[in-house]
Amino acid sequence: MPIRLEPRGEASVAWVYLTPVLAVGLTVIAGGVLFAALGFDPFRTLHAIFVEPLTSLYGLTELGVKATPLVLIAIGLSFGFRANVWNIGAEGQLTLGAIFGGGLALWFYGQEGPWLLPAMILAGAVGGALWAAIPAFLKTHFNANEILTSLMLTYVATQLLAFLGYGPWRYPDGFNFPQSRMFCYDATMPLLVPGTRLHLGFGFALFAVAGGWLLIARTLIGFQIKVIGLTSAAAAYAGFNRNRIIWFTLLTGGGLAGIAGLSEVAGPIGQLVPSISPGYGFTAIIVAFLGRLHPLGILAAGTLMALSYLGAESAQIIIGLPLAATGVFQGMLLFFLLACDVLIRFRLRLGRPVPAAAVAKSAEAGA
Amino acid sequence: MQSNSLAGRAARLLGLGAGIALLASAALAEPLKVGFVYVGPVGDHGWTYQHDQGRLALEAALGDQVETTYVESVPEGADADRVIRQLAASGHELIFTTSFGYMNPTVRVARSFPNVRFEHATGYQRAPNVSTYAARFYEGRYVVGLVAGRMTKSNVIGYIGSHPIPEVIRGINSFTLALRSVNPEAEVRVVWVNSWYDPGREADAAKALIDQGADIILQHTDSPAPVQAAQERGVWAVGQASDMARFGPDAHLTAIVDIWDAYYIDHTKAAIDGSWTSQDTWGGLADDMLRLSDWNAAIPADVVAEAEAAKAAIMSGELHPFRGPVRNQAGEVVVPAGDIVPDGDLLSMDWYVEGVQGSVPK
Repeated sequence: MPIRLEPRGEASVAWVYLTPVLAVGLTVIAGGVLFAALGFDPFRTLHAIFVEPLTSLYGLTELGVKATPLVLIAIGLSFGFRANVWNIGAEGQLTLGAIFGGGLALWFYGQEGPWLLPAMILAGAVGGALWAAIPAFLKTHFNANEILTSLMLTYVATQLLAFLGYGPWRYPDGFNFPQSRMFCYDATMPLLVPGTRLHLGFGFALFAVAGGWLLIARTLIGFQIKVIGLTSAAAAYAGFNRNRIIWFTLLTGGGLAGIAGLSEVAGPIGQLVPSISPGYGFTAIIVAFLGRLHPLGILAAGTLMALSYLGAESAQIIIGLPLAATGVFQGMLLFFLLACDVLIRFRLRLGRPVPAAAVAKSAEAGA
Repeated sequence: MQSNSLAGRAARLLGLGAGIALLASAALAEPLKVGFVYVGPVGDHGWTYQHDQGRLALEAALGDQVETTYVESVPEGADADRVIRQLAASGHELIFTTSFGYMNPTVRVARSFPNVRFEHATGYQRAPNVSTYAARFYEGRYVVGLVAGRMTKSNVIGYIGSHPIPEVIRGINSFTLALRSVNPEAEVRVVWVNSWYDPGREADAAKALIDQGADIILQHTDSPAPVQAAQERGVWAVGQASDMARFGPDAHLTAIVDIWDAYYIDHTKAAIDGSWTSQDTWGGLADDMLRLSDWNAAIPADVVAEAEAAKAAIMSGELHPFRGPVRNQAGEVVVPAGDIVPDGDLLSMDWYVEGVQGSVPK
């Protein structure tokens, strides 16, 4: 008997907010079965993944350290995604932010002052925004697909960083390894909790969450972003300038990714190295959608994602769970979220499809 | 006498007490927890796999005196600090961090845990509780160079480089010096893939080099893709890190295999008996830190004999791959005849010897 998906007229508001909880619950159950099948105690394993990282102040601050770049980038991306502007190149914008801000730290090495860090942060935002300006220009002038242009620029950014690390910015006493000197004190992020690694970047992430909410909920440009995303024809009819929105969303997205990159090199890393980010720019896309493009949702999703990384580490250390097993576990979480999403928007029907006319009629009735 | 018997009893008691304490400490002697931080997944070949083989050898050798933990695929950025710190904070007293990018994180964490001993592979920063260790893989490359010089028909050797760091450039130079010592016509072409593991790019690089006439492919990257490409195209290849013969049985001349077993066992023993000190180890063929895997049966016996003789000479110290005269690409003698390039210069090598085509990316 064929199974088909039939659109529900209106998604239940309660379920929109409940599905993430349901998905996490389903993941925990399925994960427990997986761990038991692998010969691990499921309760101890789940404890190691979800609870252990949160049992110390250090663990909690590390959660903030790990979530910072994810949340910063995802907030920036969410503006574009709401307006159907698909910036896939946040990883490259992050890299350029690190290059611009980190470059300033190296340029002024030995003549630093308290002005240096603010200048670096600004340079980081400018670097990321400039890198995102290229897809914006190509999109608005030549209608070039920003998915492709922004993604491809990521690889250019990586090569640029490698070039600088192997060449002009290489630490002269570093045995020709591709890394810069360590940044001086004035060029590193102040710590929010002494004795840990939680740095000012986390404050920026929280600020971005609040600012993101204000922008979308309370400003004209936020309203325009939403309208363009929902019905671009209506937006055009209302006289909204689509190009302006493309520029705005790409520049803010790029700027926030740039700040995220600068926060990494001026924060926990403390120097320019060829590998700044383990793919935060790409993971942030998942975080943005997990958080339903809502700032608070993104904060929660970014924290959950960060916890899953920390949990993977502690599960390896405490009970020797292979990384691949936690990888499957993370995959299950995404799978259940997407599956639940489908089920709130569609209902499963068994049997042959109802004639098209009847569907149209029921959709009309629903609307 | 009363006093004597009292003293005697006291002595007996003391002795008994000491005996009990000794017994108790033996029974309670907790295994030493040893942590390993890996840059890649363990898998079944390559850099991380070989470190994990060392870990398993350590467990087999020391049994319940040790308890090992590993964390795999740890990115070389901000995450490394946390993983190393967690290992130190969870009772691991000896921690091996097995990739260059863990250098600063290892030194940073070591400062907060003065009683934990750290060992960082392939770096150059040490501290009272941080040792460094690496292997002289260039010795293996030299032996392979002799074989390549005898086996090539086209006199073009393709070399797939990962990152242009001294370790890789040293390997290219050592190989080329040996190659041209037996075949002055041969030249080496290098393609950089800017990755330690990227099967797609490594395969493309191998094919491009074969198209340029290379009939032997060397790699300083981790994936078996170049060996597979060589097998497909009917040319020779040399495996890296692990024996890669099963990926291209006809193509595989030999492989330069990393061996960490003895190192991990010795240094863990030292940590257990208290003789561990911070030191820098750069071991070669003689220290059994690298081996050459079985020679391909198609290599003529005299070529194998020549290679084995060179290997023995390197192990005895009679032969040094970087003994002058060494010429740079311009043909100038940069190391006079008889001189040996000092370790410090080998460790920061950023120039090619004569016979390598192209220039070092700067």
